[in-house]
Amino acid sequence: MDSKSEILQNIRKSLRLRYEMPDWKIDYIEYADRQSQFVEACRNVGGNTIVLEDGVDISDLVREQYPTAQKIVSDRKDISIATLQLDTISDLQGDSKIDLAIIQGEYGIAENGAVWISSNTIARIAYFISEYLVILLDKNKLFNNMHEAYDVIDFRDKEYGVFISGPSKTADIEQELVIGAHGAKGVSVVLI
Amino acid sequence: MSTKHSIAAARFVDNNERLKWHDQTLWMVRQKRDRASKQIPEWESLRQMAHEIKMHTISHLDTYLEQFSQNAENNGVKVHWARTAEEHNEIVFQILKGQSAKKLIKSKSMLTEECEMNPYLEERGVDVVESDLGERILQLMHQPPSHIVMPAIHLKREEVGKLFEEKLGTEHNNSDPTYLTSVARLHLRNEFLTADVAMTGANFGVADSGDIVVCTNEGNADMGVSACKTHIVSIGIEKLVPDHKSLAIYTRLLARSTTGQPSTGYVSHYRKPVEGGNMHIILVDNGRSDMLANQEHIQILKCIRCGACMNTCPVYRRSGGYSYTYFIPGPIGINLGMSKSQEKYSDNVSACSLCYSCNNVCPVKIDLADQIYRWRQGLNAIGKADPVKKSMSFGMKVLFQHPSLFRSTLRFAPVVNKLPRFVKYNQLNAWGESRELPLFAKKSFAEIWKSESIKNNSN
Repeated sequence: MDSKSEILQNIRKSLRLRYEMPDWKIDYIEYADRQSQFVEACRNVGGNTIVLEDGVDISDLVREQYPTAQKIVSDRKDISIATLQLDTISDLQGDSKIDLAIIQGEYGIAENGAVWISSNTIARIAYFISEYLVILLDKNKLFNNMHEAYDVIDFRDKEYGVFISGPSKTADIEQELVIGAHGAKGVSVVLI
Repeated sequence: MSTKHSIAAARFVDNNERLKWHDQTLWMVRQKRDRASKQIPEWESLRQMAHEIKMHTISHLDTYLEQFSQNAENNGVKVHWARTAEEHNEIVFQILKGQSAKKLIKSKSMLTEECEMNPYLEERGVDVVESDLGERILQLMHQPPSHIVMPAIHLKREEVGKLFEEKLGTEHNNSDPTYLTSVARLHLRNEFLTADVAMTGANFGVADSGDIVVCTNEGNADMGVSACKTHIVSIGIEKLVPDHKSLAIYTRLLARSTTGQPSTGYVSHYRKPVEGGNMHIILVDNGRSDMLANQEHIQILKCIRCGACMNTCPVYRRSGGYSYTYFIPGPIGINLGMSKSQEKYSDNVSACSLCYSCNNVCPVKIDLADQIYRWRQGLNAIGKADPVKKSMSFGMKVLFQHPSLFRSTLRFAPVVNKLPRFVKYNQLNAWGESRELPLFAKKSFAEIWKSESIKNNSN
């Protein structure tokens, strides 16, 4: 017998009681002002949020925040300061030094400051390998909590999806928080 | 009689400064967990749901495993099944060989620790590189983790500084965590970009989509998987959840219980292999399907490996992860070890004061303390009961079953007060090693009660 059949057979042999799936009976947290809760949550996880004012160009705003960034990659065509389009990344080793990635987020979560992003290319390494990350997000696409988010997100046609909340961090040395472990040293969410 | 745990704990306790630091640091993490949980009014309902959904899932594990593997295969993933640790390691090695891979970059996985995979691969010429900072530190030190989430919690910054100076060429006597982390970042970045295959564990497997969900703060799992064309996932068969709706509950509980964060920095969902690449999932049993048969201890299979039970445990905080003989310490480790082998890991069951704090913080409501109690009840049957405690229990039984003997013994108890110290405090009295005996009262409670004095006062 192969391992799969053996494992499944042993499970069936072992199981005595089968428990039902419970009824859903929880009132989940909702916020009167989702945007201000999201901003607060981002701050708490070491991230930063900026609300784009009417008439301000995204590129100008980002440039102001990251004046020294040279190699800038984006998945949006309208970012004039981008020096590289995300979908042209094909050689990871050659493209490993990215100062800034400006990418489009899909949904934000008010309870934890996370932003959902899904991807279908190897270029997703740019989310992690860039020194700093800017996520653009429609301020009307904020959920209260993870339940609302999982009810809506659908990435059947994608390889991969991730909730990113704040910069990469570690506390593995004496529990002292250090920002910038492997991924982005700073994450700014621009609410549009 | 001393257990292996108590002997090792005595060594840990010897360094009073470190003991205090360890105790207080873990307690601080526990307090962060408390603050985070109190920001969610529905917290207790979430725990209850998390418990019930896991009980449902593990008791329908056969159907969920078939659903999960079918969906993963539909996504283009190659699914492997491993009955044992050896079979798991063999599968990993065969995949690596198939890719002619020399370097494997890994994110944290307690399952690969359980399978002792790293030494197996290293013996066969594979360069295995741990990418979680804590795990990398320990790998360079040739030490196992002492906590399942904070693997290097037993180390002080100076020790890490010294290690990095020797292995990574950092500045002499510089043990600033920010500096050391920045050096590790550069060192590991090179490892990410030169690795052939990436390996991750899994926090969850989603049955109705075939997704593998991995939670990290450092982003190391994503960095590794994104930098390599081949991704291998090792997942214990009990890690499944039915669907994304259920997953939402666990993602809300996990980080809050672990570190008090509202979410880990990255909650990554791996669904399909990258274009032109391949993805392998190894479903590992290694004793889990047998554990399903033990109704008294079945609940350990609900564990989501958050570590909250360790952070709150007064014994773990004061004895450290290395005092336990199973590779997972603390309340969950005591129980997992006993489920694995009662004969081998019974030394750990005494590492519990039955304070039940672990039961109260566990996000999936595992009956951790109840299980430890039950394991203790079975020690005698396997010949592992402490002979000193056994004879004491026997003596007490005789005493309590004979009221006249009990009364006369009690009458003579105050004599102990007058005995010289060497008679009372010696090797025969382990309890007195770090404690003073109380003074026995001249009259017993029963005597006072009978002498009317209490009755009169109550009028």
